[in-house]
Formats: sequence, C-alpha cells, structure tokens
Amino acid sequence: MQMSGMGLGALMLPNIPVIGNHVPVEHLLDPWMDAPAKKKLTEIALNAAKSKGATYTDVRIGRYLQQYVFTREKQVQNIQNAESYGIGIRVIVNGTWGFAATSDVTTDGIAKCAATAAAIAKANSKFQKEPVVLAEQKGVGDKTWKTPIKKNAFEIPVQEKIDLLMNVNGAAMDNGAGFVTSNLFFVNEQKYFASSDGSFIDQDIHRIWPTFTVTAIDKAAGKFKTRDAISSPMGMGFEYLDGLASEKIAGPNGLVGYRNSYDMVEDAITAAKQAKEKMTAKSVLAGKYDLVLDPNHLGLTIHESVGHPTELDRVLGYEANYAGTSFATLDKWKTKNFNYGSKLVNIVADKTQPHTLGAVGYDDEGVPCKEWDIIKDGVLVNYQATRDQVSILGEKESHGCCYADNWNSVQFQRMPNISLKAGTEKRSVLDMIKGVDKGIYIIGRGSYSIDQQRYNFQFGGQVFYEIKNGQIAGMLEDVAYQSNTQEFWNSCSQLCDKDDYRTFGSFFDGKGQPSQVSAVSHGSATTRFDAVNVINTGRKI
Amino acid sequence: MAILSKEEAKKIIDKVLAFSKADEMSVGLSGSRTGNIRYARNSVSTSGETTNLSLSVTAVFGKKSGTSTINEFDDASLEKTVRRAEEIAKLAPDNPEYVPMLGPQKYLEINSFSDSTAAITPDYRAQAAFDSIDPCAKKNLTAAGYLEDTTGFSALGNSKGLFGYNKATSIDFSITVRTADGKGSGYAARDYNDASKLSAKSATEVAMQKALASSEARALEPGKYTVILEPTAGVDLLQNMMRSMDARSADEGRSFLGKKGGGTRLGEKLFDERVNIYSDPQNLEIPGSPFGGGGGGRFGGGGGDGMPQEKVVWVENGVVKNMYYSRYWAEKKGVKAIPAPSGFIFAGGTQTLAEMIKGTEKGILVTRLWYIRAVDPQTLLYTGLTRDGTFYIENGKIKYPVKNFRFNESPVIMLNNLEAMGKPMRAGGNLIPPLKIRDFTFTSLSDAV
Repeated sequence: MQMSGMGLGALMLPNIPVIGNHVPVEHLLDPWMDAPAKKKLTEIALNAAKSKGATYTDVRIGRYLQQYVFTREKQVQNIQNAESYGIGIRVIVNGTWGFAATSDVTTDGIAKCAATAAAIAKANSKFQKEPVVLAEQKGVGDKTWKTPIKKNAFEIPVQEKIDLLMNVNGAAMDNGAGFVTSNLFFVNEQKYFASSDGSFIDQDIHRIWPTFTVTAIDKAAGKFKTRDAISSPMGMGFEYLDGLASEKIAGPNGLVGYRNSYDMVEDAITAAKQAKEKMTAKSVLAGKYDLVLDPNHLGLTIHESVGHPTELDRVLGYEANYAGTSFATLDKWKTKNFNYGSKLVNIVADKTQPHTLGAVGYDDEGVPCKEWDIIKDGVLVNYQATRDQVSILGEKESHGCCYADNWNSVQFQRMPNISLKAGTEKRSVLDMIKGVDKGIYIIGRGSYSIDQQRYNFQFGGQVFYEIKNGQIAGMLEDVAYQSNTQEFWNSCSQLCDKDDYRTFGSFFDGKGQPSQVSAVSHGSATTRFDAVNVINTGRKI
Repeated sequence: MAILSKEEAKKIIDKVLAFSKADEMSVGLSGSRTGNIRYARNSVSTSGETTNLSLSVTAVFGKKSGTSTINEFDDASLEKTVRRAEEIAKLAPDNPEYVPMLGPQKYLEINSFSDSTAAITPDYRAQAAFDSIDPCAKKNLTAAGYLEDTTGFSALGNSKGLFGYNKATSIDFSITVRTADGKGSGYAARDYNDASKLSAKSATEVAMQKALASSEARALEPGKYTVILEPTAGVDLLQNMMRSMDARSADEGRSFLGKKGGGTRLGEKLFDERVNIYSDPQNLEIPGSPFGGGGGGRFGGGGGDGMPQEKVVWVENGVVKNMYYSRYWAEKKGVKAIPAPSGFIFAGGTQTLAEMIKGTEKGILVTRLWYIRAVDPQTLLYTGLTRDGTFYIENGKIKYPVKNFRFNESPVIMLNNLEAMGKPMRAGGNLIPPLKIRDFTFTSLSDAV
C-alpha cells in the first residue's frame, strides 16, 4: 500500500468508486462472449498490430464485475453493481512498449486501438536507451483457468447478503458497540489473453472480502475505540462465509483464528466486546518486548517489509518518484549471503496456492504461474519479476508477476503472494506464549507506515495482549512497534507449525502512476520476534 | 466529444429527465481527457491519454434510490439507462436517511479552465519529460517524474429544475532526482489549473539542488525538534485534519472534534490564535468547483447532491467555526448543510522560506513527509517519515543534510506549537504556508535515502 494521503479508513466509505458502469444485479450473471468469439477479436488486434510494425503484441479482452454492499447499524447505505469491459493492446515497436485501450470492441475499434498502441511505442522509442528484452515464453495454445469456487458470490441473492450484514451489525450492537459499519466486496475478472507467441488463455477469477468496523463510545469521557474484522480477503466464492468449525483455530483467552472459512457474526460479537475492553485497557509502557504476531497481523508486516522491497521494478528505480526504491539492492543479492532474517525465515513467492488472492493460472503476459523462493534460510535469494525484467537476474523464464487492474490499464510488475513458511517443529500459539517472559501478543492489521526504501517501519494492530511470565496478563492499548526490516527479521526466534498457518490479504494494494490496485495474500503461522522496540502512542489534545 | 459545452450538456440532461417515470431523478454528466507521461532512470517508461464521457442517472421512488451509468448517448441508450436506474431503485431497500433532491440553485462564477492546459499534446508532455531528464543526465543525476494533465467538465441536473455546469483543467507534476551513488535524493511537486504556470525545468532544478545537497547525511538523535515544514511537507497532515471535520462523526462522539460529555467542539479554541483556515471556490490560485461535496475534487465530479460551494471559514483565530454537514445531518440538527470543499486556504504570513530559515537558531528543514498513516483517530496522531531533502539549520543557515526521521505527531498539537508561518504556496490543490513548529516529535531514524 502506497498512497500517502489515503489510509484504509477512506476505503470504507460507502461511496468508494467502482470501475465501470452501474448495472442491475441480474446483469452480473449474463453470460459474456464465448472463448472462440473472444479469440476472433484478439486475432484482429494481433494482425493489426503486426501490420503496424509490432514485433510482439499481447491483447487482453476483459469483463470486470464488482458488487459492493455497504451498511451501518440497521440500514443499507449503498449497493454497487458494476461492469466494465473492453480491450487493452500492448505492443513492442522499435524495441519500445506502447499501450492503448478501448471500450469499442468492434473490428474497427480494435484495429484503431492497435494502431494507437503502435504509434505511442514509436513516439516513445525516441527516448529509449535500451530496447526491451523479453524472456522467451512459448505459446501455450488454448487454455482455461478458473478460481476453484464452490458458491459464485454473484449468484447469491442481494437480500441474503443484506441479511448477513444486518445480523453482523445487530450482534455487534447487542454486545456493546455504539456504531458498526459492515461491507462485502465481490470481484469477478473474466479475462481473455492472447499474444503473438500463440497463447489464447481464458480465465475466470473470483475474489471476496467481508469486513466491518465496530466502534465503542464513552461520551462522558469523550473517548472512542474501534475494532476491525479479522477476516481476510480471499480468492474464494461465497463459501468463505460459511463459518465452518473445522476451519477455526482456538487461541488463548477464547480467541478464535479463521483459516479458509469465516464466521462474521461470531467475530462481530468478539469485536464489540474487545472494543469495549479497549476503553479501560492499560496504556503500554514503552520499551523492548518479545512480540508474538498472529498471521492476521503479520501478513501486513510481510507485505510491507518483504513484499514491496523485493519487487524488481522498485529495486531498479522505476518507482523512485512515487512508491520509492528498495534497500534490497542487486549487489546485496549478488553476495548470496545477505542476511535478510534469521535462519528460521523462509519466504516464498507464489501465484498457485489455493484460496489466495494471487492464485491464477497465467499472469497478464501469458506466463504459467509457479512458486519460487525469495528468502531461503534467512538469505535473500530472489526477487519478483516480469518477462522484460527477468534477464537482469540471469534467468530465462519470467516469474509470472505481470498484472493490470483493468482492461484499460497497462500491465506491470505486481506482487505475487509472499508468504512465510510455517515452522517444522510442532508448536501451537499457547506453546509459544508459554516461553515468553515479557511480551505482547498482537492480532489484526492496524496503522502501518514504512519508509520509501523499506528500512524503518512502524506497525499497530487491532488487539494487544500483554504477556507476563508465559501467561496472557490482560489487554494493552496505545501500542505500536518500530523496527528496521533486517533487524526485525533477524530477531525472528520461533514459528508455530502448519496447523496454525493462515493467510492475510490486501484487497486494494496501490502502486504506479496512474495508480492501479491489485489483490495479494500473505500466509504465515503465528511467529515470535525478540526484543522489539515498542512505543506508546497515547496523546492528549 | 469528451468536453461538452454547457448547452450540449443541458440538452442531454433534459432529454434524460424527459424519460423519467420516477418520483425524482437526477442526472450527472461528466467528461474528461487525461494525458500522462511517466519516466524513471532518465527514460520515459509509460505514457498515455484517455478520454471518457459518462452519464449517471439516479432514480428515486419514495426512499428507494438506484443508479445506472452508461457511456453511449443515442436516444435508445439514454432511455435504457433511465429504465435500468428505475428498476434498480424499485428493488433497493428503503434508505431512512434519504433527503429529497434540491431545487434550482445559484452557483458562483468560477474560472477553473485554462486554454493552455486544454491544448496540451503528447509532444508537450514529451518535451516536459525531456526538460526534466536532460539537465539531470548532464549532471550524472537520475530523474524519475510524472506529469498528468486533465481537461474536463461536469454537469448535473434533476427533475426539480436544478442545473449546474463547470469546466476545469488541471496539471500535476512531480519529480524525484537521485544522485548516482544513491546517497542523495531531492523532490519537487507543482500543481496548477493553468499549464502555462508550470516549468518542469525549474521544478526539476529545485529537486536537483536538494539531491546534491542531501548527500552524506549525518545522523541526529531522534527527539523533539523545531522544524520548518515546506508546503509539500505540511500539506498532507493539514489536509488529513481538515478531512476529519465532519459534524456527524463529532456528534456521534467518534472524532477529534467530539466533546467530553457529548456534543462537538464547535466554537472551541483548539489551535494557536494565529491559525486561520478557510475555503473559497473563487480563489484565483486554487479555483474550486461551483457545486460538490461528492468528493469530485477540482472537477466537482458527479456534482454530489448539487449543494452550492461558498466561501466558508473553518478555523478563525484558532477557534473551530464550521464543520461539514451533509444535508441529512444538517436537517436532523436544524442547521445549514455545508459541503466539504475541494481545497483549503491556510492563511500564512509574508516571510519567504529563506527568511524563515534565516530566523531560525536551531531547527530542521523538511522537504516532504511520506507514508503518512493515522495512528489514533481520537487525537489525530499520525506517523510517517521525512523524505527527499532533510537539513539541519543552525544560526539561520542550512548547515548539513541529516538522515531521515520517523515522526509521530498530531496536526492539532502541531498547530498549538506554532512558531511562525511563511507565504502560502499552492500544494495539492490547497494554499499552504511553510510552517515553523516547535517540539515536533521524531521517534526514530531511517536509513532510507
């Protein structure tokens, strides 16, 4: 996440803009063109671009569906159903990229769009110092891929969704909340990719994010406290909301973690109680603490301190004016012994793990998806790259990290899932807490901020518990920890095992100018970090 | 086609309204042409231009409303959109907070359109990139920058006879210059309505100077320091504070403006008495939108509910004078509705930045703050870092560059620790003075350049 002015709060507003046109809900279930019809259209683009001098062309015909539901307390604030479709054409002419897009998906419209893309490439080639070098990608022929969903969220009646959110809001209010907002986000990307390499790939991708914010109010004291949902956005259908008992993980003090199935009402009840408890929680004493970080919290720390710094475009300087560059420079990587973290730290990149936001069959330049190591036994071993970058790493095959957030956006390097492997020794969260003398157990994503080279960060959370002599000693407030990425990951001293492994996700990760969003998951088990600097964020105004 | 005249827009809106069978109907029509060029590593990385013309129809039956949008403009498509909006409305749940639409309104005359911006071509953008890259390349510096220009219009009308139209342009430019060894980095940003005011070259020169001057930064201990925040550094914190001035949140007790025991802090002195903040859509340097409150920024995009934008004093002599009131909340509280403006004017002094530095015994000059995030919405505590040019000042002179800091500070506390204000400059669509603040809290050091 990069946008300097806008935090998560802004994303919760009921007027969050949708991409595309508002349509009636039943329209979201209308079938679109079949694959042969789409293939025919992409062939028009491929031929037109070739005739304008393109040495490489890829074409994306996309239909992007969104349904967002926003409520507060007893009322529905907004329901947005949107559809956006069109075609984006990317070409290489004179060794330079050019891109154009149009919603005019006719023979003429497509041919004109291809010509514009070629003209832009030609104009930009005047400034080009080094021609684009594309890693080889053999055409894969006709392929299809679908997110393995059990219930298509777009087929669930809107009333069922409203009923669920009203139950969530009611449960929160009945348990002491002063206010509650709850939202459902559903996304379906139907995209067809074709390239001059001979790939014709039809994909149907689904994502879901249920979330809420509960606020407790003490008007007499002029105080308020909030607690956000500890759900995760997922690459799943509506079945994520089934709240299966088998997917719940019991934690200390009756706390529950959710794996691949979320109980939204149960979490709302806990949230209301916790928001109230926060009102009277002890303000933290600043100092060094051993941190026990829940996967629903640690995911964002992984995202910011490992995900972004290992994006190769940042490392090379392409994001210098906006998101920034990276401390994880190529010279450090080349030493083959740069200690990013302790020996326990094994971080993998992947776009294949089921239920994750990053899982697709092929990326937006037709590369089959895979898994690879980023940090192995604590050492930085690789980055995240696209076809035009991977030669810099001496590799012949792209990592498959290319993504565009819409048919009218140009695809560029985006983060795959970046996850911390669970520990190999048997260990539960309770076992981990038992070994901590002076520590803090942190759950949920809170405030987060990191510098433009990803050295210095500060993270908050949703709920904090003090650990004293191996026991949970009560709730804490005003907690944030500050550290340096390398120092932090080297203080990683213990991992829970795979039974505790869960994914965290970011649904609207921003990058680029003009800014594009992407969705990405980060898996981990609960993890311990020793002697981390904790500050007190309490103030009086 | 994307930029319609007032008459063309009215004709389409009237045609749409004539199709309506709903109790109430509102129509928003907006179009824009946006062009951009992005460069990094002294080379253009992407550029493009997109045009968009979009119609949005909201139909209302009782307290049910539905919206449909389209970008086709033949009669059949327009009618289809009206029918769709009506279908969606009929199926929607009642909105207990629905407020009937406004009748005809009087809007202020605002000149936010510039022919020079509207005339921008891909060649202009390429030249701006060249003017920025070339001097950097000659000095072995690396430029990364972004330029985006927009020409657009926004019109709205409803079945109660309201009609409004506005045409606007904007240009935003930002440049980061880094030294070849990666030890120095400088930044400059400019935004205008009129592109003839932008010199990519002179903005780049500022960033180049900062990059060269910021190499070999020394580490200072974190702690409380007197700082001079340049407008590009102060703008985000101040803007975040102004965005939190919603009356409803304060009345509900979940805002920094909520009062102990209930109610709001309207009328309370919250800041140093020299703090005066207002908005004025007719300000010549930051012309706003004649209507809005829908979050459409400088274009009044969508037009919100059509509430007229007027001059509003938000803070006077340190006292909170106004907050935003939605029409629903204003009606509930029996007060006048006030939409959020597109930009703020923070009244400052007359001193230049150089004069402010000269008058500083010990302090830190901050070019830019980055990755600002709310830590505590109750106190508006924010964290973030300095970036792209942070310098130590001693006895009125910039002595040496210092390593970047992380800060944890609230703009409310900051505006109580005000030492001096300089001449306001446009930053991100606002007018912001350089601010000299004592006891600004830096909590740790960063190795980032």
